[in-house]
Amino acid sequence: MPTITPAFADVAASDGALRRFLHGLPGVDAVGLEARAASLGTRSIKTTAKAYAIDLAISMIDLTTLEGADTPGKVRALAAKAQHPDPTDRTTPATAAVCVYPDMAPTAVAALAGSTVKVASVATAFPAGRASLAVKLADTRDAVAAGADEIDMVIDRGAFLAGHYLKVYEEIRAVKEAAGAARLKVIFETGELSTYDNIRRASWLGMLAGADFIKTSTGKVGVNATPANTLLMLEAVRDFRAQTGVQVGVKPAGGIRTSKDAVKFLVLVNETAGADWLDSHWFRFGASSLLNDLLMQRQKLSTGRYSGPDYVTVD
Amino acid sequence: MSTVDATTRLSVLKTYKLYVGGKFPRSESGRVYEVTDSKGAWLANAPLSSRKDARDAVVAARKAFGGWSGATAYNRGQVLYRVAEMLEGRRGQFVREVADAEGLSKQKAAAAVDAAVDRWVWYAGWTDKIAQVVGGANPVAGPFFNLSTPEPTGVVTVLAPQDSSFLGLVSVIAPVIATGNTAVVVASERSPLPALSLGEVLATSDLPGGVVNVLSGRTAEIAAPLATHQDVNGIDLTGADEVLAKELEIAAADNLKRVLRPRATDWTGDPGTHRLTAFLETKTVWHPTGAVGASGSSY
Repeated sequence: MPTITPAFADVAASDGALRRFLHGLPGVDAVGLEARAASLGTRSIKTTAKAYAIDLAISMIDLTTLEGADTPGKVRALAAKAQHPDPTDRTTPATAAVCVYPDMAPTAVAALAGSTVKVASVATAFPAGRASLAVKLADTRDAVAAGADEIDMVIDRGAFLAGHYLKVYEEIRAVKEAAGAARLKVIFETGELSTYDNIRRASWLGMLAGADFIKTSTGKVGVNATPANTLLMLEAVRDFRAQTGVQVGVKPAGGIRTSKDAVKFLVLVNETAGADWLDSHWFRFGASSLLNDLLMQRQKLSTGRYSGPDYVTVD
Repeated sequence: MSTVDATTRLSVLKTYKLYVGGKFPRSESGRVYEVTDSKGAWLANAPLSSRKDARDAVVAARKAFGGWSGATAYNRGQVLYRVAEMLEGRRGQFVREVADAEGLSKQKAAAAVDAAVDRWVWYAGWTDKIAQVVGGANPVAGPFFNLSTPEPTGVVTVLAPQDSSFLGLVSVIAPVIATGNTAVVVASERSPLPALSLGEVLATSDLPGGVVNVLSGRTAEIAAPLATHQDVNGIDLTGADEVLAKELEIAAADNLKRVLRPRATDWTGDPGTHRLTAFLETKTVWHPTGAVGASGSSY
């Protein structure tokens, strides 16, 4: 298991030390943050840059289905779409991964065998995270055993909000250990963390505990990924790499539905974390309907005609 | 304090805006153009729509299609009648706008507006009658009950007539939406103000947002992307000149849009049903009736 760099070695020595560190992080200027996110959203991305951004965004999608009504057939259909998003145009890149519940992971693994598309599985009693550590670890091991390349875990928001940071920290470390070689994405559910300060603290907590990715939300609550909270997390991964040399990925999830939104997020990535993160290894979109909009925009660029929902698959 | 008298009161100029998805946006491009009356005097600035406004309007129309086409014909009739009621309440404003736009006397403009309101009521009555006229039970040689019913085509682009800014406008919009289609309307290029005001009427008359979307600007510029748009199912070319109509018809062929070609029309005359039927598709259902009994019927 990777250990954190000496600079932060004793940060998690005790609950008190961790609290002192997290509460010692600079406060977030909420107005400034939102203004910065909004101003970066006004960049005009056209023609060749737009084509590049659309293809990049497609290649960064974790094509997601997390419904109680998921069937093996639906997962297979999604896997087929992930490999060839636009069957009429084979130059369309594949998505980064397919994201499913653990019991659907074997189906996804079988359907994606031999392709570049990864299988991500949510775990740890997603989406609420309200289960004992033993159950969460069993859930994680189950997903890994099923062949998941990536694990999306949720933090215990109750413990975080109650100030039991060490509990959250230990839990992430335990899940990281259980995940083994699979990359671990840590979901904060930013919509439930109330403040930007909390999002910054959660980001650092997650990265200190060994997250490979920090992820905004489950997509199951009212407020999901916003440009502001994603910008804040991008700042955190940038600062973390500057201080420790460890690069951590970011994944906004939920509520990103249009190409325009996706391109705005890519601008945030480039202007905040830098071009190193403009890769599906370091930045992902948790989305499902976004892909269709990207495909329609792609068709518009290649044919010159506006496309419509009749020309992409219905999920 | 004395009351402000008419001579010193500042005039309140109206900002004409587009009507898209039940809202009143400015053009995405931020552009406007000057609208003049028939004698060339400035009346107002109207939004000069771009192709992105057209795209947004199609998205709004597509979103509204499910609800509007799924509403009962009776309900659509009620809503359209409500539009006529609202038009009647704004009669004075439309008379003024039509008089300015077409250079008509007050009296003639009033007659045109009255005819337009009556036209709207007339089409409102057709919503629950057109199915009986163009649908029906078909006699077939077999033990089947065979029914044909008309269904709306989908999202229809309507290029409103250039000359008749209100009566002509109403005569092309009402039949399209009466049958359950949703419309993206490109207003008369030279006199778009009555069309933009009609949007305000539609917004206050129970018509769901997005069923009618009104764009103003250069007809050729807005119509081109709409004719090629893959999510538009039909196009009424009434407001296009001969050359433009041909270009648009060729572009529209790409996804097999229904096309209604322009033809010389006296808008005051009896409209007939051809505009109602132009954007309808016929759905035919075969239903087995089982063995035909001794009486010759199985029901």
